[in-house]
Amino acid sequence: MTTIYEPAIHLQQVSFSVKDKAILKSITGSFPKGKITTLVGPSGAGKTTLLKMCNGLLSPTDGLILIDNQTITTYEPTTLRKHVGIALQAAPMIAGTVFDNLALPLTLQGKKLTQQDAIQYLLDVGLDASFLHRATNELSGGQRQKVSIARTLINQSSILLLDEITSALDRQSVQDIEALIVSLNKNYNVTIIWITHNLQQALSIGHYTWVMMDGELIETGESSLLKAPTNPRVAEFIQGVNA
Amino acid sequence: MTYTSLSLTLIFVLIPLVLSKTFKLGLEKDTIIATIRSIIQLLAVGYILNFVFDVGSIIYIFLMVALMIVAATLNARKKGKGIKGITWKIVFTLVMVEIVTQGVLLGFNIVPTTAQYIIPISGMLIGNSMVLSILFLNRFTAEITSHENEIELILSLGGTPKQAIHRQLINAIKASMIPTIESQKTIGLVQLPGMMSGQIIGGADPIQAVQFQLLIIFALLTTATLSSIMIGFLSYPALFNERLQLLEVE
Repeated sequence: MTTIYEPAIHLQQVSFSVKDKAILKSITGSFPKGKITTLVGPSGAGKTTLLKMCNGLLSPTDGLILIDNQTITTYEPTTLRKHVGIALQAAPMIAGTVFDNLALPLTLQGKKLTQQDAIQYLLDVGLDASFLHRATNELSGGQRQKVSIARTLINQSSILLLDEITSALDRQSVQDIEALIVSLNKNYNVTIIWITHNLQQALSIGHYTWVMMDGELIETGESSLLKAPTNPRVAEFIQGVNA
Repeated sequence: MTYTSLSLTLIFVLIPLVLSKTFKLGLEKDTIIATIRSIIQLLAVGYILNFVFDVGSIIYIFLMVALMIVAATLNARKKGKGIKGITWKIVFTLVMVEIVTQGVLLGFNIVPTTAQYIIPISGMLIGNSMVLSILFLNRFTAEITSHENEIELILSLGGTPKQAIHRQLINAIKASMIPTIESQKTIGLVQLPGMMSGQIIGGADPIQAVQFQLLIIFALLTTATLSSIMIGFLSYPALFNERLQLLEVE
C-alpha cells in the first residue's frame, strides 16, 4: 500500500505455518495509523491468524511485525495486548454476568470498573442498563457480540482489531456499531483493522482494504478498489460475494 | 494362609473370565495379564520386603521409596505428556509429599523409624499421590481444551498466564481432590479401609488398627492437597511460551 500515512502496524514478509501447513505466506504491508482498514477475503484466507499476530496471541514463524515502528517482540506481551485490543470472532465470555465481563480488562490489572462506567459502555454498543447483571449464558449471539465489543473498548487501546464483530447482528445494530467504531476512529484517532465479509460495510466505513486469499495478500489500496479490482482473483471473489 | 488356600482364591479370577467370555466383553486377555502381573509383582515385593526388613538398612529403605517414586512417575506422566518437563515436576511433587509426610510421622515419633513402617506408609502415600496426579492432569488438560477460547480471551485483554488459566487450574485441583475427601466421609460406614482390614485379619486389636488407619487418612489429606496444588502450579507455566501464548496441549 503506497500511503503518506504513518503505519500503526507494518508487516514485513510475515509467514505463519502450523505443522508444515502454510497459513500466511510472506505478507508485506501496512495498516495506516488513525485509519480504518478492512480485511476481506474468503474463509480460510488467514485473516484471523493475522489479527491474532498483531495482538501477540500468535507469533510469525518468519518475518517481522512492527507496532508503532517498534518490533513487536520488544513489547511486554501484556502491554502490547492492552495497546492493541482485539474483539475475537467467537465473542468468548467468562462465566458470570455482563458486568463481570465488562470489568474483566480492569480486574486483570487490579482495578475496578464503576457501575456508571459499565452502563455507559453498554449504552455505547446499544444495550441498556438492564443487561448489566444478566448472566452471559442468557445472551443471544448478537448481544454477546455487543458485550464483547464494549469489553474491548475498556482498555482504551490505540489500535483495535475487530474480527467479524457484526456477523450476528441485525441491520440496525450493525449500523449502531459501525457508527460507534467510526466515531472512535474520528474522535479518538483509534486505528481500526476490521475483518468483515460484508463488502458494503468495507466500502462504506473503511478507508483502506486488504484482500486476502489462501494466506496471501492479493490486493491492497483504498476501499474503492472493491468497486474496480485490478486483480482477476479479487474480481472473481467480489463477483461471487455479490451474486 | 496356605498356598493351597491362596490357589483357591483364583476362583475370583475365573468368575470374571467366564462372565467376560459369556457376555463378549473382550476382557479375558487383560484379566489374565493383570492377574499374572499382580502375582509376580506382589510376590517379588514380598521377598524384597523380607530382605529389607531383615537387613534394616536405611539405604535399602531409601532405595525402595525411590523405586516407588520412579514407578509412580512413569505411570502418572502419561496423562501429562503435552506438558514440558512433566516427569521432573511429578518427581519433585512426590519427593516433597514423601518429605513432608514422613517428616511429620518420623520427626514427631508418631511411627518408629523402621522399614516395617516407613515402606508401607510411603507406598500408600506415594500411590495416592500418583492417583491424584493422574486425576489432576486428566482434568486439567480437558479443562484447557474445552476452555481454550476463555484462556485466549484473558490473554488477549492483557492478562497473565496465571490469570488466564486460574479457573481451569482451580477446577482441576478441586476435581482431583473430591474422591479423597468423599471417600473419607463414608470411611468405616460403607467400607473398611484396606490397611485396617488387613491388620484386623492379621489379628491386631481393632482400636489399634483404627488408630493407624486414622493416621493414614489424615496423611492422605495432605498428600492429596499437596500433590494437586504442586503439580498444578508447577505445570501451568509450561503451557505458555515466553511471549505468553498458550501452547497446544495434547
